[in-house]
Amino acid sequence: MEDRISEEDEYEELADDQKVAIGKWFLLNAPPGQVSQVAKDVREVLMDERLYDQAAKEAFPEYNVKNMISLEMPDGSGQVLLTEFGQLDRSRYLDPRTASVAVVDHVKQVCTEVRPADDEDLPSAYVEGFRFSVDAALMKYVDDAFQGGECSVYCTKGKDVEKSGGEFELTVVICNSSYSPKNFRGGCWQSVWRVLINEELRTATLQGTISVNAHYFEEGNVQLESSRKFNDTVTLQVLNTCLAYGHHP
Amino acid sequence: MEAAMDLMRRMPPSLSQQALDSLLALLPAHSSQLLSRSDQPLQVAWDEEFDKDYLLCDYNRDGDSYRSPWSSKYKPELEDGVQPSAELRKLEQEANEVFSIYRDQYYEGGISSVYVWEPEDGKGFAACVLIKKDGSDAGDGRRGLLQEGSWDAIHVIEVKEDEDHQFGHYCLTSTVMLALTTANQSSGPFSLSGSITRQMESDLSIENGHLCNIGRLVEEMESKLRNGLDQVYFGKTKEVVFTLREPLGVMSATSHVGQSLQRMIVNDLGRSR
Repeated sequence: MEDRISEEDEYEELADDQKVAIGKWFLLNAPPGQVSQVAKDVREVLMDERLYDQAAKEAFPEYNVKNMISLEMPDGSGQVLLTEFGQLDRSRYLDPRTASVAVVDHVKQVCTEVRPADDEDLPSAYVEGFRFSVDAALMKYVDDAFQGGECSVYCTKGKDVEKSGGEFELTVVICNSSYSPKNFRGGCWQSVWRVLINEELRTATLQGTISVNAHYFEEGNVQLESSRKFNDTVTLQVLNTCLAYGHHP
Repeated sequence: MEAAMDLMRRMPPSLSQQALDSLLALLPAHSSQLLSRSDQPLQVAWDEEFDKDYLLCDYNRDGDSYRSPWSSKYKPELEDGVQPSAELRKLEQEANEVFSIYRDQYYEGGISSVYVWEPEDGKGFAACVLIKKDGSDAGDGRRGLLQEGSWDAIHVIEVKEDEDHQFGHYCLTSTVMLALTTANQSSGPFSLSGSITRQMESDLSIENGHLCNIGRLVEEMESKLRNGLDQVYFGKTKEVVFTLREPLGVMSATSHVGQSLQRMIVNDLGRSR
């Protein structure tokens, strides 16, 4: 409880880049739904707008993708999910459902512009047929099980496959996060499923990871982090039913 | 400063040491406030003279040295380190003995330390009871379930006697920090960590001495906290996960399936009139 005078006289002032690194660390570790409160605190604690802006510029893009933030697209066509699978570059993300590219401002967490995607960013018509039916089945499932969740299906390999007999991979992403300050709680559920379809061997291999984070903070601070991996392989009979099977782990 | 405390409350508890270190580096002028207001898992030091462990906290700290409750000496050595008065030191020694037994009975292991001091206003006295247990396989864990697990309890009691020295007014603030990590094959890594704080006030007769009362209050509080932890850690977080994703096929009044079924029935009833 006692402080000696000598240790209070001289402290080393941190270098600017060290302060930015600290600010960035706090932002990246913000619990689900609380990034704006954390941002407000970091701004005050850094006591320097310039340093905060730098930290925010570095942290927000990483934070948004890691937490799979979804943003409203300005043309009213729905939400775009920001994930590593749909990332074209630092500020442009593909939305496969509407075949468009969204331009986003990470720090403000808004989508500023939407334009149709280039053909080279989209899968072939053949693969798109599968992606589309998976997406349709997925949306219904997400609606039942996760109220308010967002989902998307990306083609992550073999998007140029033109006909049967080849191999391609679809990645299914589901993200649901909630934040209820008056109930002192928040959380986030993320599922990522990679489905590798090999038509020649007639197999579909499923690899998934579910990560859950829950936060409760009435008179305390309790956080749960858990994740689980899954693996399965099925033989293709009728492709669509197999893809539907994959949605009920 | 308030922004710093808010950050401490929001950061994942498993990273709280790093969060505190970062804030101390950014705001060195506020270091004593930051250290005294934020709860950190307790650190352990070794008292060579008595061959025992003791716990470190702000209340037995003087500068960068910490005082052992067994030998009352500072480590690293300090010539003029703050010491409690002879009367308080006697109480402190007794308390350490008593709580060591308490700890052994309830925790089957672990480390405990009690520190007593006179508060700034000079009235009455204050004490803190610290208990730490490492329940992982490498520590004291007996059942082999936890990969990592630790319980840190910090109880701070302020005691004031009334004028006739018949009754004592006790004000207890307790914080328990619990962290557990399991990693079994079937369910993957799972980690739960955090802290909860509770307060309690009581007026008790001093005929049996202060230590008896303090012991009872701490015991009562720890039982309450232990149950509270059960409800909060497991109950509440389970609830949060359920609101994120419901297990399908479960029918309950509040589930999505249950509610849409309710609506359907009500509509049908309305139509059949």
